[in-house]
Amino acid sequence: MADHVVKAFSEELDGLANELARMGGLAERAVAESFAAIVRRDTALANAVVERDAEIDATHREVERRAIRLMALRHPVAADLRQVLAAWRMSGDLERIGDLAKNIAKRSLVINQSAPIPITRGIERMGKIASSHLKQVLDAWSNRDVRAAVGVWFQDEDVDAHYNSLFRELLTYMMEDPRTIGPCAHLLFVAKNIERIGDHCTNIAEMVHYLVTGEEIATERPRADSTPTEMDE
Amino acid sequence: MPDSTERGPLAAPVMTAERVERGALTGAAAKVSARDISVYYGAKQALFDVSIDIPDRAVTAFIGPSGCGKTTFLRCINRMNDTIESARVSGSIEIEGKNIYARGVDPVVLRTRVGMVFQKPNPFPKSIYENVAYGPRIHGMAKSKAAFDDIVEKSLRRAGLWEEVKDRLHQSGTGLSGGQQQRLVIARTIAVDPDIILMDEPCSALDPIATDKIEQLIDELRQTYCIIIVTHSMAQAARVSQKTAFFHLGNLVETGPTEEIFTRPRDTRTQDYITGRFG
Ligand SMILES: Nc1ncnc2c1ncn2[C@@H]1O[C@H](COP(=O)(O)OP(=O)(O)OP(=O)(O)O)[C@@H](O)[C@H]1O
Ligand SMILES: [Mg+2]
Repeated sequence: MADHVVKAFSEELDGLANELARMGGLAERAVAESFAAIVRRDTALANAVVERDAEIDATHREVERRAIRLMALRHPVAADLRQVLAAWRMSGDLERIGDLAKNIAKRSLVINQSAPIPITRGIERMGKIASSHLKQVLDAWSNRDVRAAVGVWFQDEDVDAHYNSLFRELLTYMMEDPRTIGPCAHLLFVAKNIERIGDHCTNIAEMVHYLVTGEEIATERPRADSTPTEMDE
Repeated sequence: MPDSTERGPLAAPVMTAERVERGALTGAAAKVSARDISVYYGAKQALFDVSIDIPDRAVTAFIGPSGCGKTTFLRCINRMNDTIESARVSGSIEIEGKNIYARGVDPVVLRTRVGMVFQKPNPFPKSIYENVAYGPRIHGMAKSKAAFDDIVEKSLRRAGLWEEVKDRLHQSGTGLSGGQQQRLVIARTIAVDPDIILMDEPCSALDPIATDKIEQLIDELRQTYCIIIVTHSMAQAARVSQKTAFFHLGNLVETGPTEEIFTRPRDTRTQDYITGRFG
């Protein structure tokens, strides 16, 4: 698309996108490292994830500040408007993803104090899927690739399905050996957090669809079995 | 970040104005139906086969770069182009199903049904009262003084000007502020009880407050009239209209519900114009 006649307008839109891209990178890293902290029982890494969440929050505020400024001063319409709205809402999702990664890292600090539980393998698998969805959906955004975004949107079922099987597995462990109840409960919340990261990825996928086409995703996504997913922190 | 490409893989194909028009605002019958309107000034063609349906009791905005033919098209709807020696119009315009270019149609009568408000407020150099009573008088719309008083008051009230001028009805209309003058012109226009009101950049000479008052007035008048407004302000088109038509180089490029034009225009030319990308 051509530049605006008023060059500063194009520059401000680019600036907004750059901040969001940076935020996406920070969130990806936080998610990947929070799982690594659990799998490798790496306390230093977990602390680093917790520490760096402040940077994601700051970037979120910066994206909002720029979006508000664009709205107030440039009155964007059409594709420009969609770009600003999408960035604003996506940064909300990325900020939540950052919080969830921080929460996972914090729980890993507690889990690491108990004996290792073999179930962390399942968590690792789930984490890999969620990380890959986040990467795919951010790539879809930067390439304006609706098909890729819709793909991520449909794949969210994988995360949901993994969560449900993990939930059942953890229950068996806890019933077999009550001493594992503490760390298993924390792992359950970790799994729930991963499942939520997946949900935020689908939100972002929806935003990419809206950004490019101007329309909502029309299809109803088939929901995986949601029996045990009502548990909360 | 890559350049934002509007035409992603799933984006709609480029629509011709006609295809867009067919899908847009279906339902109520059109008040004005233009078909294949072309206008020539001497040898120069200013409009190319413009076809559009304009709904009643709604505001339709015409937008587009300077010289794209907005005023030319507006002037077709009340046959003001007849008054230009070199102008030639082809195609048809129907108002409520009757071709206004048919033989036997009196342009003067037509113009009482299709009122026009211009960019510069142009009250007559007469009293406020006479400005409003003038039209009804020459068309013999009232007999008694009381009947004229009634038309004047009603029209000034509808134009939102009554309270400001009721104590000085016999002072000159040209002594009012620009915004008041524009509302006086609107009162004068509605005094002859038209069906359609054409407005050619009615706020471009006004400050923001006077503009707000005119926009509020337009919003009230659309309950009763078919209103067409030409404006260079994208924000104004977005605020006051329900339907928007985008003209470019004498062509009607795209029409649709205003909300759609300003959130997801289909044609790249519309997109480029409303987002400020025309060099
Ligand atoms: N009386 C005339 N004689 C010759 N050419 C004319 C006449 N009126 C308009 N034109 C030409 O017709 C084209 C369309 O003009 P028109 O006034 O309809 O444009 P517009 O969209 O209303 O522009 P603006 O936004 O500047 O008012 C222009 O190229 C203009 O120069
Ligand atoms: Mg004009």
